[in-house]
Amino acid sequence: MWVTSKIKQVLLVLKPGVVTLRYPFEPHPVPKNFRGQPVWDHHKCIGCGGCAAHCPARTILIRDLCQDLRVMMYDGSRCTYCGRCADVCPEKAITMSEQYELATNDKNDITLSMELFMLTCQRCGRCYDMEKTNMIDKMGLKGFRYDNLEMRAVIHKATEHFDGNMIEESDRYRRPLKTGE
Amino acid sequence: MLSKICKKAFTRSLWIYHCNSGACNGCDIEILNVLTPYYDVERFGMKLVASPRHADVMLISGAVTRPMLPLVEKAYAAIPEPKLVFGIGSCAIGGNCWFDTYHVAGGADKAVPVNFIVPGCPPRPEAIIYGVALALGLVDKKAAPVELKQVEFPVDMYLANKAWEERNVIYKVLND
Repeated sequence: MWVTSKIKQVLLVLKPGVVTLRYPFEPHPVPKNFRGQPVWDHHKCIGCGGCAAHCPARTILIRDLCQDLRVMMYDGSRCTYCGRCADVCPEKAITMSEQYELATNDKNDITLSMELFMLTCQRCGRCYDMEKTNMIDKMGLKGFRYDNLEMRAVIHKATEHFDGNMIEESDRYRRPLKTGE
Repeated sequence: MLSKICKKAFTRSLWIYHCNSGACNGCDIEILNVLTPYYDVERFGMKLVASPRHADVMLISGAVTRPMLPLVEKAYAAIPEPKLVFGIGSCAIGGNCWFDTYHVAGGADKAVPVNFIVPGCPPRPEAIIYGVALALGLVDKKAAPVELKQVEFPVDMYLANKAWEERNVIYKVLND
């Protein structure tokens, strides 16, 4: 009798067919509202730095090279793909794309750097409405910022007017050593 | 270059050792999801093994915490040569939100040399398969660094300010 039961089993198994995706050889579409790699539109971006102020992983770094040249760098290596940058962007310059195939052997492959020409607002220094509840962030990240792009480090210092000394200092910035390093 | 070495070194199947160095379990679940029939990674000959001594590949998930740091190094040393290390998830690559906190080494690359990285928080199972296929040389690398520049220079502020000052020199002279 076991032969018939085995045949039954085989038929039962054959019924659903193959469910395995042929993924690396055939593309697999992502679900709706999927948040992949954020993409910047440098024509729309006004360089307000709102995304950098709100990024939970401090992935977006800002460095002001002079009065009207600002370099923004997105370091995808520690990005959480939370979509906060796209939410706060007042110009909708950031979109979360559907790209998720980001595996590489080099960290620099998932960075994006952007040079922006700035026309600073004469009244407030920038044109971006911060969260009014978070006064510390509001006070700390005002005006010109000098993050270290090579070390991918956020430096919590900002000046109202452009300061050459701050750039030199942040060039020499080194992250404090931890135990075990 | 590295993929060529991989092709020569791993002519057979890769055995995977999964090392959780303080992850939130999101990446771990996605790694296990890859082994399910739906995303069957065993068609590439992959197999999850319990001991690093049996493994060729080490999957690290999680920002390496301070108590885990010597253990991760120990596990890496136990894998026989040649070995590959995959950093799975944002924590293992750069440390995620904890990249500069006191109790975290800030990414797997601070503890062991990482060969391939799979970003995502957590990465999709497809993304992990893509990373594996990239290591095996089945697919091409799609990520590339992007540099964007604004082409037009709207107004030269320096020149404008300078012209403004020069124009106002007459008032200074008059006041003196």
